[in-house]
Amino acid sequence: MTETLKTLPLDGLHRELGGKMVPFAGYNMPVQYPMGVKEEHLWTRSKAGLFDVSHMGQATLTVASGSHEDIARLIEELVPGEIVKLGKGRIRYSLLLNDEGGILDDLMISRFPEAVDAEGTLFLVVNAAVKDADYAYLQDRLGDRAKLEVLDRSLLALQGPKARAVIGGLVPDALTMPFMTTRPAVIDGIEVTLSCCGYTGEDGFEISVANEHAEQLARTLLAHDDVAPIGLGARDSLRLEAGLCLYGHDMTPTESPVSAGLTFALGKRRKADGGFAGADRILKELIQGAGMVRVGIKPEGRAPAREGTTIATGNGAEIGQITSGGFGPTVGGPVAMGYVPGSHAEVGTEVMLDIRGKLHPARVAALPFIEPGYYRGPKS
Amino acid sequence: MTTKYTEDHEWISVDGDTATVGITAHAAEQLGDVVFVELPDVGKSFSKGDDMAVVESVKAASDVYAPVSGAILEVNEALVDAPEGVNEGPENSGWFVKLKLADPSELDSLMDEEAYKDHAANG
Repeated sequence: MTETLKTLPLDGLHRELGGKMVPFAGYNMPVQYPMGVKEEHLWTRSKAGLFDVSHMGQATLTVASGSHEDIARLIEELVPGEIVKLGKGRIRYSLLLNDEGGILDDLMISRFPEAVDAEGTLFLVVNAAVKDADYAYLQDRLGDRAKLEVLDRSLLALQGPKARAVIGGLVPDALTMPFMTTRPAVIDGIEVTLSCCGYTGEDGFEISVANEHAEQLARTLLAHDDVAPIGLGARDSLRLEAGLCLYGHDMTPTESPVSAGLTFALGKRRKADGGFAGADRILKELIQGAGMVRVGIKPEGRAPAREGTTIATGNGAEIGQITSGGFGPTVGGPVAMGYVPGSHAEVGTEVMLDIRGKLHPARVAALPFIEPGYYRGPKS
Repeated sequence: MTTKYTEDHEWISVDGDTATVGITAHAAEQLGDVVFVELPDVGKSFSKGDDMAVVESVKAASDVYAPVSGAILEVNEALVDAPEGVNEGPENSGWFVKLKLADPSELDSLMDEEAYKDHAANG
């Protein structure tokens, strides 16, 4: 099979840094650099890792009236989060739903801060693999009530306990930015949108930047002793330890926010009032349970349980499957997530994993597997 | 003592009718950080090409095949608790198993060092 892979604006830099390039979501992406996946993972947990996530979709959704409430009400038809009351400069993690309550994607929805004159506009970041489908869905469902503009921009993520000091050295105001907030900034003369969020379980930032300035920005960040480039391999093990879902694996259109264990993304008002795609199923599942649910799984031995591994009861009866699994360098052992019946979802429940025909003991574990490093704001 | 290589990146070092088997430095480097090794039971017999062991890196699981037919005499237990030993010394301390050869003539079909270097460079 030949497919034409798209090239990221930072492709040349990845190769110069010794990145091993692999196809991912239609792009040539660095899976690792010479440091190697395990060391890159540990570097991100102790210092700051720079990720090129420019393959992800960036778009704005705008309503002609210029009213936040109007655009929020529109997108609330398709997501179950509280967007109307989302404050200026705040980011919300939410889920794009189909009419059956299945998850089409997870996404970040930002309301621009006061400093940007963009009321009535939301900034969306969606997954690379489904971005075109997401855009088509949004356009189909919102029609001419809202204008979708796809942004051809790069996205860099700086993640880890030193990320704040590194960015703060370039943008002093960033030092006190709480997690899940966004603001415009200028780094090294480059205009960027700085969003305090990420996909590693660590404190950090995602930085949206014009393609032509992406390399200069990346080099400015990499010049810091605490910053190293990190590939997709470590991105996957970092998010797995952090208990974060990988779209298409841990969440799919057949799973609902309830079965996927993402009920935190349901706004209080939304749960009471419904009025979003798939609300019938989701509100029912909130009361009755979802059948199969996503849980953390901690194998007791050293053998990693990969995606597709059968989860069984003690006597070998199949009850579910691993949807993400591997080795967690910070945990120092295998970690996984998977779906099991609600009756087997309690933390501590003993299960067996069928790895290459042998049953290995494991337990249902609390997520995340690590202590997150999110910065919630100055201590009062 | 002679050392031979397979297309699947195992090495086999032969001493009389016994041999030590592991994965090559090239294979270890391609795999990346090894986090788990599953070794066969001592006494078990394998035919040439059988799945004999499993090596998992942070990236993926790979089978290690029997380079020739034989019975397991000994396994490198140190790798069970310290799988990173595969990366530290793939062609010496990171050996996987010792075999009693069933048919030494099978060695003739394997590559010598020069042929393997060529294979690894082009594979």
